[in-house]
Amino acid sequence: MTFKPTRRSVLTGAAALAATPGLAIAQAPSSAQVVVIGGGFAGATCARYLHRAGVKVTLVEPSAQYISCPFSNAVLAGLRDLKDQTFTYDALAREGVAIARVEAAAIDRDARRVTLSDGATLAYDRLVLAPGIDLRFDALPGYDLAASEIFPHAWKAGAQTTLLRRQLEAMADGGTVVISAPANLFRCPPGPYERASLIAHYLKTTKPKSKLLILDAKDAFSKQSLFTAAWKELYGDMVEWVGLSAGGKVTEIAPGEKTFVTEFGKHRADVGNVIPPQRAGRIAVSSGIADQTGWCPIDPVTFEARQQPGVHVIGDAAIAGGMPKSAFAANAQAKACAQAVTLMLRGQAAPSPKLINTCYSLVAPDYGISVAGVYQPAKGLLTDVAGAGGVSMAKAPASVRAAEAGYAEAWFKTITHDVFG
Amino acid sequence: MATRAFKVIGVSAWVALSSMTGALAQTQAAPASGAAAPSQAFVASPPGATACLGCHGPEATALPSLARLSSADIEAALADYRDGKREPTLMNRIAKGFSPEESKAIADWLAAQAGSKP
Repeated sequence: MTFKPTRRSVLTGAAALAATPGLAIAQAPSSAQVVVIGGGFAGATCARYLHRAGVKVTLVEPSAQYISCPFSNAVLAGLRDLKDQTFTYDALAREGVAIARVEAAAIDRDARRVTLSDGATLAYDRLVLAPGIDLRFDALPGYDLAASEIFPHAWKAGAQTTLLRRQLEAMADGGTVVISAPANLFRCPPGPYERASLIAHYLKTTKPKSKLLILDAKDAFSKQSLFTAAWKELYGDMVEWVGLSAGGKVTEIAPGEKTFVTEFGKHRADVGNVIPPQRAGRIAVSSGIADQTGWCPIDPVTFEARQQPGVHVIGDAAIAGGMPKSAFAANAQAKACAQAVTLMLRGQAAPSPKLINTCYSLVAPDYGISVAGVYQPAKGLLTDVAGAGGVSMAKAPASVRAAEAGYAEAWFKTITHDVFG
Repeated sequence: MATRAFKVIGVSAWVALSSMTGALAQTQAAPASGAAAPSQAFVASPPGATACLGCHGPEATALPSLARLSSADIEAALADYRDGKREPTLMNRIAKGFSPEESKAIADWLAAQAGSKP
């Protein structure tokens, strides 16, 4: 008589599994593992939200702290301390996000496994790549890692930011600052011009005889008419921008002579800032997920890399169609991606997302301008929603510019709280 | 009544409203977990909604928190930005990217988060 109940219970268990696979999957993919590589605005957000959704997630990030690029131009101008740019992963760890403090060395896509720099491996059901950018030290003749100690890039915030700040402080009144801006695509499209603006503010207030020259590899840039008008209004002749067709493209750097070489001539700099060409972070390139452009093409609904099911790419490394490589975009993509990944692990379809970008730039401490956009999938890309988005009004009163400067600071406070706690 | 008052406050009320909600936040004991902290509810959020949290957090700054606004308040504000009835900020440019139906879904979701626990 003991046989029957035992057999029935076994059958019941098996039948239950067979009859309700959808329920079992929908409730909790408790064994499903997600690995997120990279702890910036995209990766840290995604790991945090996945964890909140009940997904088992490991964040792979070798650094104990993250130094934010947004607002680092204010550090260059002496308006802000680098420590106010610095965030830790303590809140994520407290919430229960597993963090592997090592580098991701390799991805085995067939075995769905990440090998870490300490030799350990992490199995995943889905992988989220958020490796940010790598600066290309092979793209501009003369500009290698050593040259970046003479002409800092300061395009990853930290020691390079401090170095460029020190050089600006040490420069004599009447000196020339030269910034070279790359062709598209690159991190933070308005960033070089915000940087020029805030350095000009510093020069105007402390070294008013100085000059600032921007050598640009393109003929148009983000918020161009607003920046151009503001430079004239605030800084007069101090700021000069030379676009591609006027000979602005830098073809070589001669750090020993402190010189920028263009197709049309040479420019000697007392302080030089080279913002070099960029590509997706190393792991995206070495694992073959980036394409020949150096960036990662993605599906606009799931953020999965093209031809790479199970591997999602968010943030600066992704080709996100109309979306710029901004911190706001990275954070928005991360949340939409966390939603898609969670649903896909439950065996459900990811919904078609709508995404927003918001980007403030400071032209002076009390003078902010902005660009916004709304995006949705169309023809395989994240595409601008017609009729939405755009930049701040031209010829707005000072009160509007001051309000936008305040909004910029408020945005930074809120978004870094959303990302890092 | 609250909705009506909000509408009467009118065009340039966001900043004033944000300082009001900020004051409320200080006087009313906030739940320990943070009233507007997003939870697993984001998995069921309508398109676009979670992006709002990049600027509008649980506490008011120069940008208002949406945590203590009703769905009707948020929906009305989005409609006014979309239709150009509010002093333009960045929000008019964003609101134009969402239909009335999408805006309502976002407003409902954001308002529902106010009472949720992470």
